Amino acid sequence: MSRRDLSIVLHLFLGSARLQKKRAFLTIASIAWGTVTILLLLAFGEGLKRQFARNEQAMGTNLAINWPGETSKVWKGLPEGRAIKPRIDDIPLLQQRMPDVQVWGEMSNSRTLIQYARKTVNARVIGPNWVYGDPRRHYAMPGGRFLGPQDEEQKRRVVFLGNELAEDLFGKENPVGKTVLVNSSPFTVIGVMQRKTQTSAYGGQDKDHAVIPITTFRALFGRDKLNVVVVHTETEDEMESALERMRTFFAGRYSFDAKDERVFGTWNTVKGQRISAKIFLGMEMFFGIIGALTLVIGCVGVANIMYAVVKERTREIGVKMALGARRGWITGPFILEGLVYTLLGGLAGAVIAILIVTVLGLLPQEDMKVLEFLGKPTLSWSIGAATVAILGTAGLLAGYFPARRAAAIDPAATLRYE
Amino acid sequence: MTSDIIHMQAIRKVYDTGKIKVEALKGIDLAVKPGEFVAIVGPSGSGKSTLMNLIGCLDTPTDGRYQLGGEDVSTLDRDALADVRNRRVGFVFQGFNLLPQISAFENVEMPLVFGGVGLRERKQRVTELLDRVGLGDRMEHKPTELSGGQMQRVAIARALAMRPDVILADEPTGNLDTSAGGDIMQLFADLWAQGKTLVVITHDMTLARRASRVVEVRDGRIIRDVASAEVA
Ligand SMILES: Nc1ncnc2c1ncn2[C@@H]1O[C@H](COP(=O)(O)OP(=O)(O)OP(=O)(O)O)[C@@H](O)[C@H]1O
Ligand SMILES: [Mg+2]
Repeated sequence: MSRRDLSIVLHLFLGSARLQKKRAFLTIASIAWGTVTILLLLAFGEGLKRQFARNEQAMGTNLAINWPGETSKVWKGLPEGRAIKPRIDDIPLLQQRMPDVQVWGEMSNSRTLIQYARKTVNARVIGPNWVYGDPRRHYAMPGGRFLGPQDEEQKRRVVFLGNELAEDLFGKENPVGKTVLVNSSPFTVIGVMQRKTQTSAYGGQDKDHAVIPITTFRALFGRDKLNVVVVHTETEDEMESALERMRTFFAGRYSFDAKDERVFGTWNTVKGQRISAKIFLGMEMFFGIIGALTLVIGCVGVANIMYAVVKERTREIGVKMALGARRGWITGPFILEGLVYTLLGGLAGAVIAILIVTVLGLLPQEDMKVLEFLGKPTLSWSIGAATVAILGTAGLLAGYFPARRAAAIDPAATLRYE
Repeated sequence: MTSDIIHMQAIRKVYDTGKIKVEALKGIDLAVKPGEFVAIVGPSGSGKSTLMNLIGCLDTPTDGRYQLGGEDVSTLDRDALADVRNRRVGFVFQGFNLLPQISAFENVEMPLVFGGVGLRERKQRVTELLDRVGLGDRMEHKPTELSGGQMQRVAIARALAMRPDVILADEPTGNLDTSAGGDIMQLFADLWAQGKTLVVITHDMTLARRASRVVEVRDGRIIRDVASAEVA
């Protein structure tokens, strides 16, 4: 298109827009409505997804929890059905063998008496290696900390409390630095876990348990058999091979077939993560399609209005053709109209949707249980890009089809005097 | 090459409506020289409007050769034909065919916009033309606020805007009363006197007699082509 074409099309477009304020307004409003719908649907979907991921990840990601069990294959003359019981001391060796991933052991006691002043509760006590903290998302509230390597080395009597357990014991009091009795032995509270919404767990919710160093646990309860061995990898893809290497290590140490997959009952969270990702992709697509359809309906409305205009103006279009309008000068204003109205409507809709999302984002989430699971509607760049793409195409189509009809008008036939 | 503005040879036009074919023009030879004022007469349905549409490049002939202003237009594409209409032809219709929502000024301006004439020159030319047809004080009026005669004068101003080679008018007085029709005929006569080339279709023998030449069409053929003095 040359500059001359452009200026003619603009001239004609501005002329018709000036005459059609009401139509322009209605068109823009219907596109705006479609845009608000699609953006809000996608924003809610995104919020839901992020919240779900956050809740699901509250336990940690890329974890495999392995419960030791019995062998199911005969191996070098040894019978099947032997119980395999990894010990605390295996962990440093295992970690040495696979330095690229993180491993730890955990021991636990389900109903253990914990006392503070007059308060007594029964809670789960966990004794993991100190590395447990970060991958298991045990972040301390300000003023406190999680277990460290020295606590483990020196078998310190320190305890990290789940936030609800801390509240049960201390109420509004600050627990850090206080002494509690765990199984009648005094322990110093070094930290309280930050609040989190957790939707997956093994053994129990993190907020309800107490964590002490694994070495202290051994001394306190006189055991050294691990309840679980946990493997944590950086990426999802590393997990399979890491688990295989772990089995090989224990197979050598306890004499069983490394291919015996029944020795450990394994919960590989990577699998669940992958399924969730697919479910959420499906959900996003579903929301996206509904939103897009709403928008398409808006655009069909625009096209419809413009079709009517073409029909109503057939004679005028014929006159313009008689006066020397090229085809592009007839179609250009229609296409421009479709685009400009869609873009203005899209812009208005985006502003409204952003306002709504921002206002919802300001609501305090902690006080609303629903929001804890639904999450906050979130607009992302990819949502924006998808919406712009849909709007753009729809706008072009909304203008294109009526324009094509206008261009097909035969001036000689229209100008025939009736 | 020829000095004719309109030069038609063996022009045929067949309307194909699917079921039936109507041969509206059955071989027209017509040559119009610059400065002529041609009246085309004939009974209803004889093919006058069809002929005018072909002369004005609003439609293309089924057969034959047509040169407009020395340019062979029978082979041009749609956009090229649009340009030819814009530069070489000025149309005046029985039903005026003004754009109803814009002012007289903007109506006259429209072909100049298509012709790529700059804003300042457009303004000057439109003002001049509307003055010339006696509507200098009605420039901002919408067509609906004008009388039939005034509307037709706006249409004539519009037809003159691009200084075309030829003005084509199809029954320009058909919708007007005698007095307004007389004014329009006078306007055409003035334009002719100023050297314009005019082709006017009319039923009105008074108007036909003002022309320099009368062409009579009947049943798709030219049956008479004489100087107007010879018309009874
Ligand atoms: N678009 C069309 N499709 C089919 N037939 C047509 C078409 N236009 C004109 N005709 C036919 O062609 C013939 C000539 O029509 P035209 O309009 O040229 O006549 P006319 O001389 O202008 O008549 P009038 O004086 O009534 O205006 C008529 O028989 C008409 O029915
Ligand atoms: Mg006719």
